[in-house]
Formats: sequence, C-alpha cells, structure tokens
Amino acid sequence: MDVIAAPPLALGVLAPVLVIVVAGLLALALDLLPPRTSKEHVGSVALAGVVAALLVSVLRWGTEERGFSGMLVLDNYALFFNVVICYAAALVLLLSLDYLRRTGAESGEYYGLVLFSTSGMMLLAAANDLIVVFLAIELMSLSLYVMAGIFKTRLASSEASMKYFLLGAFASSFLLYGIALIYGATGSTNFERIAAALAGRPHSSMFLAGVGLLLVGFGFKISAVPFHMWAPDVYEGAPTSVSALIATGSKAAAFAALIRLLGGPLRVAQPDVTAVLWVLAAVTMTVGNVVAVAQSNLKRMLAYSSVAHAGYMLVGLVAGGAVGAGAVLFYLLAYVFTTAGAFGAILLCERGRAEAVDVGDYAGLARRHPLLAAALTLFLLSLIGIPPLSGFFAKFYVFGSAVRAGYLWLAVIAVLNSAVAAYYYLRVIVYMYMREADGEGAVYAPSFAGGLALVIAAVGIVLLGVMPAPFVDLAQAAVSPLFR
Amino acid sequence: MSVGLLSAVIFLPLLGAVVLGFIPRRATRGIWAGGLAVALATLVLSLPLYFGFDGDQADYQFVEEARWMPALGIGYHLGIDGISVLLVLLTTFLTPIALASARHTIEDRVKEFVMTMLVLETGMLGVFVSLDVFLFYVFWEAMLVPMYLIIGVWGGSSRVYAAIKFVLYTLVGSLLMLVAILALYFQHGSATGVYTFDLPLLVRWVTPAGLGQNLMFLAFALAFAIKVPLFPFHTWLPDAHVEAPTPGSVILAGVLLKMGTYGFLRFCLPLFPDASLSFGPIVFTLAVIGIIYGACVCTVQPDLKKLVAYSSVSHLGFVMLGIFTLTPQGLVGGVIQMVNHGLSTGALFLMVGMIYERRHTRLIADFGGLWQVMPAFSALFLVVSLSSLGLPGLNGFVGEFLILLGAFQVNRPVAVLATTGIILAAVYTLWMYQRVILGEITHEENRRLPDLTPREWAVLVPVLLFIVWIGVYPVAFTGKTEASVQALIAEVESKASVSRAASPARLASEPPPLAPVTP
Repeated sequence: MDVIAAPPLALGVLAPVLVIVVAGLLALALDLLPPRTSKEHVGSVALAGVVAALLVSVLRWGTEERGFSGMLVLDNYALFFNVVICYAAALVLLLSLDYLRRTGAESGEYYGLVLFSTSGMMLLAAANDLIVVFLAIELMSLSLYVMAGIFKTRLASSEASMKYFLLGAFASSFLLYGIALIYGATGSTNFERIAAALAGRPHSSMFLAGVGLLLVGFGFKISAVPFHMWAPDVYEGAPTSVSALIATGSKAAAFAALIRLLGGPLRVAQPDVTAVLWVLAAVTMTVGNVVAVAQSNLKRMLAYSSVAHAGYMLVGLVAGGAVGAGAVLFYLLAYVFTTAGAFGAILLCERGRAEAVDVGDYAGLARRHPLLAAALTLFLLSLIGIPPLSGFFAKFYVFGSAVRAGYLWLAVIAVLNSAVAAYYYLRVIVYMYMREADGEGAVYAPSFAGGLALVIAAVGIVLLGVMPAPFVDLAQAAVSPLFR
Repeated sequence: MSVGLLSAVIFLPLLGAVVLGFIPRRATRGIWAGGLAVALATLVLSLPLYFGFDGDQADYQFVEEARWMPALGIGYHLGIDGISVLLVLLTTFLTPIALASARHTIEDRVKEFVMTMLVLETGMLGVFVSLDVFLFYVFWEAMLVPMYLIIGVWGGSSRVYAAIKFVLYTLVGSLLMLVAILALYFQHGSATGVYTFDLPLLVRWVTPAGLGQNLMFLAFALAFAIKVPLFPFHTWLPDAHVEAPTPGSVILAGVLLKMGTYGFLRFCLPLFPDASLSFGPIVFTLAVIGIIYGACVCTVQPDLKKLVAYSSVSHLGFVMLGIFTLTPQGLVGGVIQMVNHGLSTGALFLMVGMIYERRHTRLIADFGGLWQVMPAFSALFLVVSLSSLGLPGLNGFVGEFLILLGAFQVNRPVAVLATTGIILAAVYTLWMYQRVILGEITHEENRRLPDLTPREWAVLVPVLLFIVWIGVYPVAFTGKTEASVQALIAEVESKASVSRAASPARLASEPPPLAPVTP
C-alpha cells in the first residue's frame, strides 16, 4: 500500500496568513468571555492581528518562499497584495468599530469573519495551484456571505446575503468546472506544471473552454460586466463596512489570482484571453459608468463605480506584460484607499438614526460638517482621477500601459468613460456644497476610529498621488518575476 | 534644497490658503485681509520675474529642474519665456483685484471662497510655468476643481448646471489630450530611446508628419479649443460666465481662457508643426466664424454679462487668428491681445458686477442715463469699453492691429472678414454704452444709485493704468515677447520643412520603377 507522503510543513510561507487566522480564532474565543455588552476589545484584537500581518508582510519583502509542494508561493507579488489587503482590512475594521455599535449589530464573530475572509484573500494572492485558488476564494467568499447578512433584522441585509451567496456559489461552480477542464487538458492544477504541459503544443479546445469558465468565475469576483448583477444589490443591502471590504479586499484578491494566472498558465492562450479581456474591459467600464449615472443611492452608485473601476483595471490586463500588471497593482493600491475612504465617509453619516445613503441626504453637508464633506470630496475627486490625487496617477499609469501596448482605442474609450464618471461623482459634491438641506440632512456620527480611518485613507491618497514613484517601483518589482 | 523664485510664486498662494484654513470662520475681516495680503505678496514676488526677464533671449529663464519620477521621465521642470512671463504677471495681477472686488459680492462661506481663489491661483500659475508635459497636465486638471466650486457654490441661479457643464466640457477635451500626451511620450521614446515628458526635449524631436501627428494635434487642439473657446466649442462659456460670481468671471475671462491659447502656442505649434500648418486654414475659418458670430450675438444680447461673455468669443477668435498666422506680428499681437483681453474684459466684468450689486439686474433695458447719477463710473466704463473695441491709444488696438497685420500677409480674405469683427465690436459696445449710460434716466430706481466707492476705485484704477500704458507704450510688453515668438516661428518652420523634406526624400530614395536608367 502506497503511503501518501505528507508534504513538509512550511509555516514560513503561511506566516502572514497564520497571524490573521490566530487573531481570528482569538477574536472568536474572546467573544465568549465577558464583558458581553461591549465587543470593542474584540475589534482591537482583530485590528492588532491585521497590523501584525501587515508588519510580517513588510518585513518579509524581498524573500521568496514556496511551500506545500509548490501550492503556495510567498513572493514579493503575494507580499504586495498582503499589504494592500491588510490596509483594506484595517480600514474596514476601524470603520466597523463604532458603526456596528451604532447599528446594533455589534458581535464578536463579525471581527472573526473579517479576519477569516482576509486570510482567504491573502491565500488567494499566494496561491500557485488552482485548487488553492478555489479554496481561498471559498474561504474569502463564505465569510463575506455571512457578513453581508450580519444585520439579522434587516430584510435588505438578508437579501444581500442570500443573493451574494447564490450568485457566488454559481460563480464558484463555473470556476470549479473550469479548473476541472484545465486539469483534464493538462493533467495538473499547479501553475508551473500547467504552463510546462502546454509549452510548445497547440492548446486544445478543452483547455480554452476551461480558461473561459475560469474567466467567468473571476468575472463574478471582480464584478466585471456581464457578471456584475449581484454587486449593486449586495453593496446596498450589506452593512456599509462589509460593502467596503467586498469592494476593496475581495476585488484586490481576485485580481491577484487572475494576474498570477495570466502571467503563468494562461500565457499560452494570451491572444485569445486578451481579446476577451478587451471586450470585457470596454463593456465593464461603459456599463458601470453609464448605469452609475442613474443611481441616487450612494451605495449603489459606488457599486457601479466599483464595476467601472474593475473595467479600468482590466484595461491594464489587456495591455499585459509586467508594465500592464504593475499598473494594475498600483491601481489597486490607490483604489483601496480611495474606495474604503468613500465608503467610510458614507458610513460615518446618519440621518435620523438610520444610514444616510440617499444623495439627497447629503445636501448641505459642507455647511454642517465641513471636514467630513472635504474628505468625501477628496475621495470622490480621486475616484474621478483629478490630479494630484492617487486616482489620477493610477489611471494615468494604466492608460499609459495600454497606449504603450498599442491599445489606443481602448485608452480612448477609457478616458471618455472617465468623463462620464465625473458627472455622477460631481453630483455628490453638488449636493454637499451647492444645495441646502431641506429639513433634516445627514449628520456626522462621531467616531474616533472612523475618523482615523478617513485620515489614513486621505493621507494615502495624497501621498500616492504626489509621490507615486516609490510605490510604482514596488509594484513593478512585485510583478516582474511573474512575467519573465 | 533651495526654493526657486518660480516655485515660490506658484506655491505661495497654496501655502496662504492652508494657513487661512486655521483662521476661525467668523473672522471674515481677517480672512479677506489675509487672502488679499497673500495675493498681493504673490504679485510682489512675481515682479522680479518681469524686471529680471531678459527680452532679448528666446530661451526659458528662471528655470528650475528637480527629479520627480525619473524612472518615468517625469520631472519638476519650470521656466518662463517671453510668452508665459506676461501671462504669469497677468495672473498675479488679476487675482488680488478679483479678491478685492469680491468683498461685497461674496457674503456666504467667505473662508472657503478665499481659500479656493488662492488654490486656483496656484493652479493657473502652474499651468503657465510648467515645462514638463505631465506637470502641466496635473496643474491643468487640478485647476478645474476650484473653478468648479467657484461657479457652483457662489454662482447665480442655475449655477450647478453651468458648473457641471464647464467641468464636463473641459474634462472631455483634456482627457483625450492625456491619451495624446501618452502617445507622444511613447512615440518619442521608441524613436529616440529617451522616455520623457520634458517639453524642451520633446520639442527638440521632429514628430513625424502624417496621421499620428494629425491625431495628436487634434486631441491637443480639442482640449485647448474648448478652453479658448474656439467656435463651435464655446457653448459652455456664456453659461459659466453668466452664472459665476464677479470675481469668478474676472478670473475665468482674464486668465483661464488664456490657458487655451497658451496651450496652442506652447504645445500644438512646436510639437505638431506640420499638423498646425495643415489645419491652419480650418483654425482660421473657425476663428473668423467665432469673431463674427460672437460679435453678432453681442449685438442682440439683452443681458450685459452675457454680452461681455460673447465678446470674449469674438476677442479670443482674434487671438487664435494671430497665433495661426505664424508671422511675428500675428503672434506678438496674439500674446498682447491675451493680456489685453484679460484686462479689458476683466474690467468690464468688474464694472458689470458693480452695477449689478446696486440694481440686482443685468438687463440693458433696466438701465439708461447712468451718467447723470454715476459720472465717475460712466467715465471709467467708457475708457474700458473703448479699450475693448480697439480704440487707438488704448491697449485693444495694439493687439488687434498687429494680429490683422499678420493675417493680412498670410490670408487677405480672412483679414478682411476679421476686420468686420472690429466694426461690429464698435457697434455692439457703443450701442450698449449708449443704452446703459447715456440718455435720460428711464427707470426711477436708477435715480439714486451711488457712484464708485473708494474700494471700487482702488480695484479699477490699476487695471485702467495698464489699459492706457499698453495702448501708449506697448514696447514695454511686446519687447519681452518678440525674441521668444521669433524663435517659436523659426522652430515651427524648420521642423515643418525638415519633416516635409524627409517624406519626399524617402520617396526619392526608391527609384521610380518605370524611369529609364540613363547615365
């Protein structure tokens, strides 16, 4: 009888993930202990875990380690994404602290779930095997499904959770089917072995079908059109902090796995994949922006805006190579700060004890809370891509990579989309600065942690916009080994 | 690291805005005084740029260069030449005037207003002194936000519509320009091996003539033409001008429109000489249409502010005409006319604002006979109106005369048609003056209007001083410009002939297939 040799346990490659998971378990345990009334200490532990994972990731920069028979790779690329994801998680945790108490949904398991989904995201960035990709996506998504429904008494929240779960499960099955077909075509699920098996051979239609299904699965996770239908309903119904995590962390993680796939096993099919991505990018940007124009609910608007931003990032993937991928990495970094900030500013507003999500609630906000309005304006301007904010440089870099690769018309579509996008972002500024509130408008719900999150995000936006060079170098250093 | 003079001039207003942020909201007197002090300090700081500028040199002066993103070829590169020096001075001159005039116009959110104006000044100055295309683009776009807020927050009744229209128009043009900037960057990089956004380096390279250059020219030209605004891209302008508060209109007409014409001079001509030459006739046509159309609309315009706004379309048409003649006279005239228009139209907007404050109407029909109650105002208004219509001895004449002189050498029909614009300008300006100022008082409300206040005198007199000075002794200003303009024309002509010589040469190198081979 053959003995299945257990692979050597390589804990180093798991170090950042382990920190997160341990903190998550600790959060669950602490939840059971008194005091039962306040769960702030649980949140602090979760935050400490994320910060620790961030530090571990930063300290390991420059090293490369493989483990579990090459299923996981902790290289600069994964570390870069760990940093991005940790920032997203930290901002979301900071925003959640007072928000959950305010909305009466404070619970210890929320913090545990944030950490578990974060660990899934980090695994996704380090995955070097289709099976790990699947497992990590499930770990991430299952936690998010639960979190979307954490407002147990609110119908919209439960609906969001259900919708997200059903469509997510649907997407996962596409993904799994794609993985099965690729395994059938190449005999492996490991990225390098797939690439090796395909090298020098014309790729089979089974492989292409697998790639197509894989792209469908990822299309759901990054909310690319036409797989974006879940996004607006989920973003609207889920607690705002969870929407922020879905929009930033989970999107970044899905892009992380997608880019690693494009640099490795999918490279043989590059012309076909690029053609598909071209269309996806153009359609995603256009639909996202055009539909966002019609939204008056800010969470829905940000949902469509995040669809549009996925489209811009796909432009970078179309451009391809290390330059295009590096541009997407920088874009994600900038996007995480900007989007988390925008969701955060909305989350800190309430109108009559309820969340202020309608654009009309924001009329005259600049008069009532000038600093909060200024912060939200900053985030919106960065989303438009006004220099010298990070959103501008991110767009500049992505569109530049597209022009460099000869996709001039895609770049033209992208910039015209940016002009459309300006309209709906500016409309929020119009309400805040140029309209007076009729009756009671949104007011700031004081929160030290939330304010801190906004400050961090704002500083990040300005820093990335004015001094992007070092971060661009980091992004390039992270992707260049993948595209050798 | 030492801070250069240009950096100090650009960023002083921004610094001032930040400092003002710490003054409590209620201290409006302090905020006005502080804002004005910062703007005046910027003006004083910018004076050495004028006096220290050597008009015989065509090169960039007061150059500052620092590394910013060397890996991408993006640098912090500043400098001024004879074209931008006047525009920088115009900006630092008009900003304190606009701020001083705003004291009684803006009563709501004073602190934000003053801060926004100062941020706007930094953006405008940055546009004029950037010698790195990326840096230029950053200032060009960043400046949209404060102007958007000025129109949208402190504007008239349909201000939101006007503000959004202004931003979207400008954004569409400038985003397409961004793609063209990137295309130029990569084309230059792959041809020379140097990837850079540095303007002097890009200009040194001869952009190959053909479709690529034409498309890039069109993208740049669209962005600038919207800003100028060249007919038919002018429709945002009447809305923006009419809705903007007086100080906003002054800055918009005085400085912002010049960023478009400046862009043509600084980028389109030297970077895309062939396209500039081949699209020249189209620009001529549009400029002449703009001149005549703008003037015709002015003639029938019942709203004073709209009249001044449309007169801008007409005047800026002259500037475009001058630039694309590519003659020394035309270009110098164009540059001077930019300054002139900034002064005259700025003053007109100020004065329209003054009577609007008194009467809360801008309809010409609501006035009449103002000379009886406001003699000083009427006198100054006459000088400004005459300057706007190009009376010899005042500034407007100098620019328009030089432009027509240039146009006459290049294209006589165009020059003749453009001249009708001057006649029409006399028609609509004088008729407007007649209906507003002269005659008997037709509305009883106008009988008790107070004349100019000391503050209004203080705001208007400096502008009038320059209106007369440029009219009487233009050499003080043209002298700074001529060398740079000559160099620019030489640059365009040599590059255009190089690339034109290059294309036949390529053809000639292949022997014609059917030519008999004879020794």
